[in-house]
Amino acid sequence: MKIIVTVKQVPDTSGKVAVNPDGTLNRASMQTIINPDDLNAVEAALSLKDELGCKVVAFTMGPAPAEGMLRELMAMGVDEGVLVSAREFGGSDTYATSQILAAAIDTYGIEEEDIILAGRQAIDGDTAQVGPQIAEKLHLPQITYAGKITKEGKKITVNRMLEDGYMVVEAETPCMITCIKELNEPRYLSVFGAYEAWSKPLTVMDYNALKDHELIDATTIGLKGSPTNILTSFTPPQKGAGQMLKGNGKETTDELAAILAKKHYI
Amino acid sequence: MNFTLTKEQELVRKMYRDFAQNEVKPLAEELDEEERFPSETVPKLAKLGCFGIPFPKEYGGAGGDNLAYAMCVEEMAKVCGTTAVVISAHTSLCCAPIYYWGTEEQKMKYLPDLCAGKKLGAFGLTEPNAGTDASGQQTVAVDMGDHWVLNGTKCFITNASEASVFVVFAMTDPSLGNKGISAFIVEKDFPGFSVGKHEKKMGIRGSATCDLIFEDCIVPKENLLGELGKGFKIAMHTLDGGRIGIASQALGLGEGAIDETVAYTQERKQFHKRLSQFQNTQFQLADMKCKADAAQLLVYRAAIAKDNHDPLLGMYAAEAKLFAAEMASDVTRRAVQLFGGYGYTREYPVERMMRDAKITEIYEGTSEVQRMVISSNMGVK
Repeated sequence: MKIIVTVKQVPDTSGKVAVNPDGTLNRASMQTIINPDDLNAVEAALSLKDELGCKVVAFTMGPAPAEGMLRELMAMGVDEGVLVSAREFGGSDTYATSQILAAAIDTYGIEEEDIILAGRQAIDGDTAQVGPQIAEKLHLPQITYAGKITKEGKKITVNRMLEDGYMVVEAETPCMITCIKELNEPRYLSVFGAYEAWSKPLTVMDYNALKDHELIDATTIGLKGSPTNILTSFTPPQKGAGQMLKGNGKETTDELAAILAKKHYI
Repeated sequence: MNFTLTKEQELVRKMYRDFAQNEVKPLAEELDEEERFPSETVPKLAKLGCFGIPFPKEYGGAGGDNLAYAMCVEEMAKVCGTTAVVISAHTSLCCAPIYYWGTEEQKMKYLPDLCAGKKLGAFGLTEPNAGTDASGQQTVAVDMGDHWVLNGTKCFITNASEASVFVVFAMTDPSLGNKGISAFIVEKDFPGFSVGKHEKKMGIRGSATCDLIFEDCIVPKENLLGELGKGFKIAMHTLDGGRIGIASQALGLGEGAIDETVAYTQERKQFHKRLSQFQNTQFQLADMKCKADAAQLLVYRAAIAKDNHDPLLGMYAAEAKLFAAEMASDVTRRAVQLFGGYGYTREYPVERMMRDAKITEIYEGTSEVQRMVISSNMGVK
């Protein structure tokens, strides 16, 4: 049994977001971080590893420097890294990315009791599409928005978090689960982990390694092949500060009604 | 000269910074105010390998290096001087002498638990009448055939009430002076050992500083550390390394005060201007930054010298501690001045940093002792 985690290096959007003239992100001018939801997926994998003693393999698609992120994850406890990296893959949208990652995961091999974990969504695209698309392409059951994961043999039980509660969903392995930040608190990397990280195995899968896989259609990968076209990108204007009303009596509801009426909402 | 960090050092520094901001900084004020030991932080640091950074994995260490260790103390000290010295005293003053001078059995017995942070370590050299004059030890150890009996009192012992393992120095032959001092590994449960009064201090108030009391304390024969009569040498060697830890603490205190001051002076307005727009602020901060960076170069040089077994380590460590400690006192004092009245209140951390900084000029060898070490290394006698 092993756990595969898909991770993405993303621009740190807590700083200033830079956009290229063609509407894509100017990644070179921004600091990169590990996508926050992906860290929750990594933590979920490492907790299961602590409990079950299984291997954890992190997959990422990105340019060569993404190796640094994989090493950082190894310092947290990930056992192995796979860097899917090729010029041909550059500029891929979610459709193309999930195709490539699915092919890479399939090439690596999926066993009966494996779990594939992903963050819910990346902070740069905010699509939440790659995880589910990988599951579809690999014909695996998928559970999104995991707030709790337990495993007993081949049975996976997940609390699937909704806005007003949660569903308890069961699935059989191998399966795909996407994780939300409420799932856990990601651990820090350790000093001993950091000093071990560069001796752990890292595989690079390039275009040649994947081009003959049945999931890869050369006409639908990379910037040119991606069906998504970005018309324009912009930093949205900041929302005004909210207003809090305190109290629970009629006075407060009257006050709220007056504000809404004044703004012509009611 | 190579001024770049290794990939591993870059990675651990990032972790130290995140950890310090999230776990250590929020507690610093409370630890100081309540003179409380950071009991909740110790297990967290232990889990990350921060109590055995420069020691090999075979003894339970993290397999890192002395620069990675120095940076850990530095980053913690940027936000909390107390937390920094817990790590420094444990690593430099207890784990290190056992690692360098212990027998294989002693290392295998004590280092794994110490490096894992399951047990904390401390060092007992200073006595009421033997501070800088460490050769004036009055604690005595008598050979009883199958065990040693220790009698005496140690004072100002960092981590004392929290530690389980102590490296302690005592006279085994008072007629031989320095050569009559030996080192012992003492466990807190040995009969006749107890921890005395808790010192109330000006700074690093959360650090557990107490007396160690030996009343017919029975120490097994095999707990002699190093050879008989080599205690003074072991103590001096240990302090050479320990100075890197305290120099790192001083460095972090100075850097932390600069971080706070840069942020504050960009917010605080007087005469319709931000304080940072005044040339005095700019020049002061530029000087503070230069001094801190110079201290950092000296501290890192000493840490790298330790990894490289450089024969000049003793002098480099003394230079690093002297300069970093005086920098820390100067920079934190200037930080309080730039904060003005608010800097003098406990609402802001710079007054705490100023109080914490002073000890770095005193413990593990005063600044005067560092000057003695440096000048003697220069052949000036």
